[in-house]
Amino acid sequence: MYVAVKGGEAAIENAHKLLAEDRRGDMALPEIDVAQIREQMSLAVDRVMTEGSIYDRDLAALALKQARGDQVEAIFLLRAYRTTLPRLGMAEPLDTQGMQVSRRISATFKDLPGGQLLGPTFDYTHRLLDFALQAERQPSEAKQGGTLPQAMPQVVDLLNAEGLIEQECPDDDDEVVGDLTREPLMFPASRAVRLQSLARADEGYLLALGYSTQRGYAKSHPFVGEIRSGMVRVELDIPELGFAVDIGEIGVTECQMINQFRGSKSEPPKFTRGYGLSFGYAERKAMAMALVDRALRAEELGEDITAPAQDQEFVLYHGDNVEASGFVQHLKLPHHVDFQAELALVRKMRAEIAAGDTAPAFEEAAQ
Amino acid sequence: MSPIAQTETLSAGQAAGQAAGQAARKRRLALLARAERARLETAWAELPQRPGYRMLKPAETGLVMLRGRAGGVGQRFNLGEMTVSRCVVVLDDEGASMGVGYVQGRDRRKAELVALFDALAQQDHHAAQIERDLLAPLEQHLNRQRAVRAAKVAATKVDFFTMVRGED
Repeated sequence: MYVAVKGGEAAIENAHKLLAEDRRGDMALPEIDVAQIREQMSLAVDRVMTEGSIYDRDLAALALKQARGDQVEAIFLLRAYRTTLPRLGMAEPLDTQGMQVSRRISATFKDLPGGQLLGPTFDYTHRLLDFALQAERQPSEAKQGGTLPQAMPQVVDLLNAEGLIEQECPDDDDEVVGDLTREPLMFPASRAVRLQSLARADEGYLLALGYSTQRGYAKSHPFVGEIRSGMVRVELDIPELGFAVDIGEIGVTECQMINQFRGSKSEPPKFTRGYGLSFGYAERKAMAMALVDRALRAEELGEDITAPAQDQEFVLYHGDNVEASGFVQHLKLPHHVDFQAELALVRKMRAEIAAGDTAPAFEEAAQ
Repeated sequence: MSPIAQTETLSAGQAAGQAAGQAARKRRLALLARAERARLETAWAELPQRPGYRMLKPAETGLVMLRGRAGGVGQRFNLGEMTVSRCVVVLDDEGASMGVGYVQGRDRRKAELVALFDALAQQDHHAAQIERDLLAPLEQHLNRQRAVRAAKVAATKVDFFTMVRGED
């Protein structure tokens, strides 16, 4: 139990001043600009936007600066800011097939139409520290070569002529799409609510859960059907006009995972699917999300639920790093009264054991 | 006054004209939404005469929920929100055109400027000038940017060769 305490105002104010000073670091160096964070720490910005659940590059960069680079703290700041704004509407579903891609690869289909486009990837770099980056230096301009098609259909559907991979079917437009920002999480959670929850969930947590499915805790034999990253249009229905208008573009990363499925009583053997989608260029997050999305479909597909990644309540209740961090960190707040009571109880129990009379205190402790 | 409701009572020719008008407005709003605010501010300042106007909806910033589809094509889900600023204006002159501005981000003045140009572009004596001085150059600039990016991405295209193993 947390009991409110009084006092400490001066100490708190001074602590905040000290924080501001430490945030600034060595005053002899130029102060880092929010725009510099936005442009040069762009993957940190992407993560804060994805888990903070607001696409706004400048806000995420500001949050990172304020949080001294602490991502979970920056995510918390975005979530708090969110509560100050009204909701103006719901956009049309993003058309990821109309993406202007920066990257698009498939690990399952070698000859995909449009080709394998590596884009600005860390893959195939040697992961050796590049000391040249310590010096101020302009990179040489990236080479240009060729053109890209206007639209790129999903590879998984395109190459599914035999029908061995399950198809995703759109829901009815009139159906209500569950929204965690409006109503609390209920179980069993719909796939829509699960995907929303996973999209907001902590990347490290999803990565570990996804990894666990690869290591045998819920065997899912995943293959990357396709990963694509790039810009998609945002279309919003404008009430004053009565039709939808393209109001801008956002960066997203999408992962289509294909998983082996042995079949069940009701389903013949086939490949099943898991899906991941994140803001910005966040491939690891999208892949981990797709693995966990597939694991959470266990019940729907008639699979035995044997592993943590398949357990809806476990996965969805513990993935939000703002909630998790809040609950873990609240332990720092004064628990003096609580602890005094516990101390008294332990003293009493020990005294009773010493007196050779154990039963009463243990009974009391168990209550 | 919903344009969609009106369509039901229109002749085929009128409906086609309205569809063209709708397409032109979609293009205009998409281009203006992607313009830098400074560019719009300059274009506004350079107008020979700036009309008076009133706010039907004062500029405000809020959030729009973005949605994805499972598997990219399947059932919808809420992905996360995006900051959006919007503004609706009506011009004072006899046409009383209504202009709307919906833009990504928190720049309320930009939403107001987009709404103003949207309203102005509905008037014949402004339409050609806005197209020539603002929309066409914006479109060219964006197309060029996209083409350069696409060419840089296309240069990273790779062919994976599967090595032949065994007897064949």
